[in-house]
Amino acid sequence: MKFGIVTFPGSNGDYDAYQSVVEGLGEKAVYLWHKDHDLQHVDVVILPGGFSYGDYLRAGAIARFSPIMREVVAHAERGAPVLAICNGFQIACEAGLLPGALLRNASLKFVCAPVSLRVENASSNFTSAYGANQLITLPIAHGDGRYSADEETLDRLEGDGRVAFRYAPDALQAAESYNPNGSMRDIAGILNAGGNVLGMMPHPERAIDSVLGSADGLPIIESILHRVAA
Amino acid sequence: MTVTARPGDPAITPALVAEHGLTSDEYDRLVAMLGRTPTFTELGIVSALWSEHCSYKHSRPLLKTLPTTAPYVLQGPGENAGVIAIGHGLAIAFKIESHNHPSAVEPYQGAATGVGGILRDVFTMGARPIALLNSLRFGSLDSARVRYLFAGCVKGIGDYGNCVGIPTVAGEVVFDPAYEGNPLVNAMCVGLLKEEELMLAVAQGVGNPIIAVGARTGRDGIHGASFASEDLSDASEAKRPRVQVGDPFTEKLLLEASLELIHSGHIVAIQDMGAAGLVSSSAEMAARGDVGVVIDTLKVPAREEGMSPYELLLSESQERMLVVARVGREDHVRAILEKWDLTAAVIGEVIAEPVYRVVEGDRVVAEFPGIRLVTDCPMYTPEARESDDIKRRRAENVHAIAERAEEANPMWTLLELLASPTIASKRWVYQQYDHTVRTGTVVGPGGDAAVVRIRHTDTAIALKTDCNGRYAFLDPREGARIAVAEAARNVACTGGRPMAITNNLNFGNPKRPEVYYQLKEAVAGMGEACLALGTPVTGGNVSLYNENPAGAVYPTPVVGMVGLIDSLAHVTRSHFSTDGDSIVLLGNNTDEIGASEYLQRIHNVVAGAPPHCDLAAERALIDALLQAIQAGVVRSAHDCADGGLAVALAECVMMDRATPTGAHVDLTHWAGLPVRALLFGEAQARVVVSTPDPDAVLASAAEHGVPAAIIGTVGAASGLLSMRIGERQLTVSVAELADTYHEAIPRIMQRSASAQDVALASDSVV
Repeated sequence: MKFGIVTFPGSNGDYDAYQSVVEGLGEKAVYLWHKDHDLQHVDVVILPGGFSYGDYLRAGAIARFSPIMREVVAHAERGAPVLAICNGFQIACEAGLLPGALLRNASLKFVCAPVSLRVENASSNFTSAYGANQLITLPIAHGDGRYSADEETLDRLEGDGRVAFRYAPDALQAAESYNPNGSMRDIAGILNAGGNVLGMMPHPERAIDSVLGSADGLPIIESILHRVAA
Repeated sequence: MTVTARPGDPAITPALVAEHGLTSDEYDRLVAMLGRTPTFTELGIVSALWSEHCSYKHSRPLLKTLPTTAPYVLQGPGENAGVIAIGHGLAIAFKIESHNHPSAVEPYQGAATGVGGILRDVFTMGARPIALLNSLRFGSLDSARVRYLFAGCVKGIGDYGNCVGIPTVAGEVVFDPAYEGNPLVNAMCVGLLKEEELMLAVAQGVGNPIIAVGARTGRDGIHGASFASEDLSDASEAKRPRVQVGDPFTEKLLLEASLELIHSGHIVAIQDMGAAGLVSSSAEMAARGDVGVVIDTLKVPAREEGMSPYELLLSESQERMLVVARVGREDHVRAILEKWDLTAAVIGEVIAEPVYRVVEGDRVVAEFPGIRLVTDCPMYTPEARESDDIKRRRAENVHAIAERAEEANPMWTLLELLASPTIASKRWVYQQYDHTVRTGTVVGPGGDAAVVRIRHTDTAIALKTDCNGRYAFLDPREGARIAVAEAARNVACTGGRPMAITNNLNFGNPKRPEVYYQLKEAVAGMGEACLALGTPVTGGNVSLYNENPAGAVYPTPVVGMVGLIDSLAHVTRSHFSTDGDSIVLLGNNTDEIGASEYLQRIHNVVAGAPPHCDLAAERALIDALLQAIQAGVVRSAHDCADGGLAVALAECVMMDRATPTGAHVDLTHWAGLPVRALLFGEAQARVVVSTPDPDAVLASAAEHGVPAAIIGTVGAASGLLSMRIGERQLTVSVAELADTYHEAIPRIMQRSASAQDVALASDSVV
């Protein structure tokens, strides 16, 4: 299977995404340059973290107009998988691939920390390798991660099982607020209606090796492999 | 060629010369070198290059005494960064630099551009940055102004590094009234390169074009270097426009483009346009290569019309590089920069004639013979004399200071110390720094040292910045020795062999004999320690004039240490983890409380001699510890430093808040010591180890002649830290220790989110 990792000029999670696929699972990966129109026949697109075009205006607001994003949107519309992480999630929302928006963290501060998540939907293309309601730990690192949408959209996301991950307290976090950014209904990751686009603020690609503290991100890529290869 | 004054340039008067910070001797020297009166442009050039910041004129003679060599040192001082080999054909480039003055008046941009500058120093060596560190000093958090500076600097550092995508993995933050008007902001960058890809900033090859790369040049930061070379005063606020504005997105583009340029083989040299911008980068590259250069300021891409040569040469606009390309490769260079949406403009060339020349079209506006612009800078060795006040403070009998009533319960004292912002958890700070990007951080902030793995090998590097300014204030030589020793100890606690250091010497006005004494003694002490511990100095930065009308900062010789961990299996953490492990103290407890955090926090006293630093003992301790770690018998190792043994033990049981433990220790062996010295004294060369095999640890210690004793057992079940001293049983709940330690800074910052702080902080929202 071939993964394509989009490199915007300000991407900084592209390297980690590449390594997670190549080192973590031994699969093929290529970088997709933002000025290109060629998706190089990849099976899966990853929109990585970073600051796409500086994001001084609004995270992802410019990236959606880039040449490569036209192709990524078409790829998603064909039902092919797109994993949008952190800045990628912001871009996917701006590009209309996912509903809602990511606003400035409620604390108004950038937050880098491991967070506890509950797998809300363990049957999607991206999460089937997890157990239902499994608690996992992934790192977050963002300043604009407060997921927001209107009530109707939130109800629909929940009703359709499209909330993939929620911030959740674990035994050790009880003393602290477990929702690190003030996201509505504790939402950390969502699926599109077709189930082929996952957007999430936490970084699974930074959690593929226990030497770095957690390998809880690996099942996401494994899930994609099982489903897409099947 | 004839140099002519530009129409409209001011006439050279004694007042103008003084305004440029040149002494009359220095001006005479300039006139003698030129054989004529300088032009306005030349005066500006010299005022920048002969500023303390660029020339090190008060420190260079001292710096020359530092040890700088080892078989693995590939590049010592004098380049943009030092470089050491770490095996597998790989090397580490690293350097620390200050941005103190800008941060004092504009904390957000001042700190942010400090990070930008040090990143460029490292990637111009051909190294990809893999980690950032910092060392920060502020006044007391009781002051609203200090909270504004603290919050602004942290946000500036975070926003810049986070955007570029380099993890900020370690650092130190100290709060002390001595830094009230002069915060210190030192940023360190560490990069990885293949040995054969090392690139130097040495101009060479007659006819090779000189190319300006990156952002356009504006009017920001003009005279930043000279601003950084004078005391701060009430007038400093008005010099805020001298502070540059950072653009981390452009920096990221520049980083990628520069590395691509270096690997392309199309260029021969590259240097950041940092302090004193174009003039310093071009003059320094020419001097290193001993070649002539000519620069045409009309060709420099400018942000606005009508900028004079003076402004274009001295601007400190950020995110710019100067490149010497191979002749004929200009288009290749341009193509690489266009890929990253950056501009490149040929602005000059390397010439055979031994001269540093600036032209504006047809007019020569500045010309200096040979490389004398750089080499003729005067060097000073001012008078050094220790302050009588400090002598008196050091000699004070601190043992005679009566205990406060509350100290009847030493656990009260322990909690007070854990609540001291200098000792308390810095999570409020490092949570704002992305420390997991690039997936290399094995041990992040909060431990003894950070550990970053080296991909495709089984090795890792250990990184730490360290200094105790109060020690250096009371005894600069001992303080500097301890700074090196403590950094080395921290690195060793993670399993790393200390390799080399970069230093940042933050001092007051060197023209005052008592300040120059501190500088001289500190450099001597640092040299002794580096020699004894085998960690040469590969470069660094000197920041003087860190003073304001209220006085100078503590002399603060910050050490940035790099160590090498030979196997990921040997990476060791600071905190206890496993019930039943034995707790071993390596080193000995003493009756030293001088210069301690205890005296400062509990008694508001800054006096006494700092603890004695026995370098042979430090070296033996490091050897014994590393031997035990490599034998696989050490579960955790934590340095005993600020706040002494009790604070170290408390940190061991709860510094990792997610997995607190508990411990019972018995210190009866030292019952003869005053309790406060035993628990809170800061005796050096001590490490707290937890181990499943205490006999093996004791054997390693004995082999190296290191005193060692089993002092207790790890046990989480009780939820307590208990300490027996003879008949005395002291007990405190781990939950209370954790709450005090982890919430101290958040509580202060939350409580203080007053209208005033918000108003001050809104200045810095970008």
